[in-house]
Amino acid sequence: MEIIAKRPEALTKVPFHYCPGCMHGVAHRLIAEAIDENGLINQIAGVAPVGCAVFAYNYFNCDMAEAAHGRAPAVATGIKRARPDMHVFTYQGDGDLAAIGTAEIIHSANRGEKISVFFVNNAIYGMTGGQMAPTTLPDMKTTTSPYGRNVDDIGYPIRVCELLSTLVAPYYIERVSLLSPADIIKAKKAVSKAIRYNKENRGFTFIEFISTCPTNWGYEPEQARQWAKENMLPFFKPGVFRDKGEGVE
Amino acid sequence: MSKILMKGNEAIAEAAIRSGCRLYFAYPITPQSELIEYMAKMMPKVKGTFIQAESEVAAINMVYGAAGSGKRVMTSSSSPGISLKMEGLSYIAGAELPCVVVNVQRGGPGLGDIQPAQGDYFQATKGGGHGDYRLIVLAPSSVQEFADMASEAFDLADKYRNPVMILADGMLGQMMEPVEFKPAKTEEELQELANQHLSWCICPNEDGDKKHHHEINSLELDPQVLEQHVLNLYKKYAIIDKNEIRYETYNVSDDNEVLCVAWGTASRVVKSAINEVLKEGKNVGLIRPIRVWPYPYDAIKQAIGKNVKKVYVFELNSGQMVEDVKIAVEGKVPVDFWGKVGGVVFTPAEIKEKLESCF
Ligand SMILES: Cc1ncc(C[n+]2csc(CCOP(=O)(O)OP(=O)(O)O)c2C)c(N)n1
Ligand code: SF4
Repeated sequence: MEIIAKRPEALTKVPFHYCPGCMHGVAHRLIAEAIDENGLINQIAGVAPVGCAVFAYNYFNCDMAEAAHGRAPAVATGIKRARPDMHVFTYQGDGDLAAIGTAEIIHSANRGEKISVFFVNNAIYGMTGGQMAPTTLPDMKTTTSPYGRNVDDIGYPIRVCELLSTLVAPYYIERVSLLSPADIIKAKKAVSKAIRYNKENRGFTFIEFISTCPTNWGYEPEQARQWAKENMLPFFKPGVFRDKGEGVE
Repeated sequence: MSKILMKGNEAIAEAAIRSGCRLYFAYPITPQSELIEYMAKMMPKVKGTFIQAESEVAAINMVYGAAGSGKRVMTSSSSPGISLKMEGLSYIAGAELPCVVVNVQRGGPGLGDIQPAQGDYFQATKGGGHGDYRLIVLAPSSVQEFADMASEAFDLADKYRNPVMILADGMLGQMMEPVEFKPAKTEEELQELANQHLSWCICPNEDGDKKHHHEINSLELDPQVLEQHVLNLYKKYAIIDKNEIRYETYNVSDDNEVLCVAWGTASRVVKSAINEVLKEGKNVGLIRPIRVWPYPYDAIKQAIGKNVKKVYVFELNSGQMVEDVKIAVEGKVPVDFWGKVGGVVFTPAEIKEKLESCF
């Protein structure tokens, strides 16, 4: 029998703890496959966030550091500068990266740190039970925006790719969606490219995944995907914002 | 090697580089900015890494990453900046990583001022960050000692896999004194030091098929497992407490009628005052903790000779170390305190007056 899919070497055998229909597992798998493809398993280290992916260090089969909430890019900076022969990625949620860790992400991007950042945008704080995130959509209800996000009061969602694209240093910035199999195939290409650029030490690479949180949104997984397609994609448009390798400035 | 006249902030930076510090991350703040400026100038010359971080929070987390990679790494700041590092220090202590943090204290609370003070004693020795952990805290009282403590600090950090703080103040940071440096560690020695960490740190996997999976982490959701982790930390702290107490005695004898306790810059002023009262035939001794954690409780207890009427504590704060001195004295004699706050440094004459009032 021909084996067409197997567990990537870069994932341990520990079963994911994520909720049914959650896309964290998909994102993990794409990163792990890219590590395998690039033969980096022995030279890569990851930094796990605070958030639902807090146990990412259990899943990636390489050296891992668990960072304080939002600080992953600073921790990754320390690792990469201490061990330039290693390759380093961070994995962060939208609360982690776009709220408490805003300074760290902007400045590591601005320094052009030779790391890859994987950013999961599910428009909500998952782990703490569904509070408003910086990426929560206008009028979207969460436990801390029970009447819907009021943009007059609390501002608009932050578009991180667009924000980072104002900086000169980043090498590659792309937003991808995980909402359909076709999207996932596209996302895989982006992740593989980010890891390849990382392997070649080209510069700061950033992939944003448009994802779902069925549990805290209160939808079935399929409904959640549908809701995200209709509501998130128009606001967070997928696309390449920067790719110095392909001449996209 | 001959002595060089140098500012404390520069001396500690030079000594750190000689001790093998090749990664340094910090953010400017008075009165320690000469330290970061010295590092900016010298690190490229030794192929080291210098980053002026976007904040103290980022700097200490860069330290966490580099320490987790098994390399000698340092950060420095002054009081308000050290407060921002407390999050990271708790994580670093929890993950048992070696690193050195320099605090050139200034007056507080809040933005305070930029003059020398000792108001961060509680923060350094009793916590500061959240959770059950300890920093090893070295308290220099001269530029020479400030520099010597760099190599001690890195060695202690490596030995116990624990963050070590050098608790100086604006006086030591800014003052110039002659200083002599130890020879710089060679590249081979540094490589050897880094290799000692290869069994746990983030590093390339060289073992072929036997892939390692090292985790730099302080998270443990199972309370029983976390309890065991904290108990293990405290077993380590007990060993540190047993082996690493350092203090200086100055004119301590059975004939002392007053025993002073002071640390850091304050202890220098107290020494001058003691010299003066000795001339008047009054017998006063001084115990100076060279490290303020672990703390020399027994040394203080044993220094209370049969003639001691009073133990007198002098600090540039509102009496933070007094609590430790009282623990040591166990109520045997009265403990008095006098200090200055807000970045005001007391004079030898003021201390002399206080000492004379005891007789
Ligand atoms: C300093 C600090 N503040 C708050 C928290 C609590 N906290 C844990 S996870 C989380 C939200 C994470 O949300 P996000 O980054 O969007 O990730 P998700 O859970 O959605 O995957 C918060 C606020 C913490 N652990 N540390
Ligand atoms: S709470 Fe949301 S983000 Fe977290 S695992 Fe569940 S579905 Fe995923």
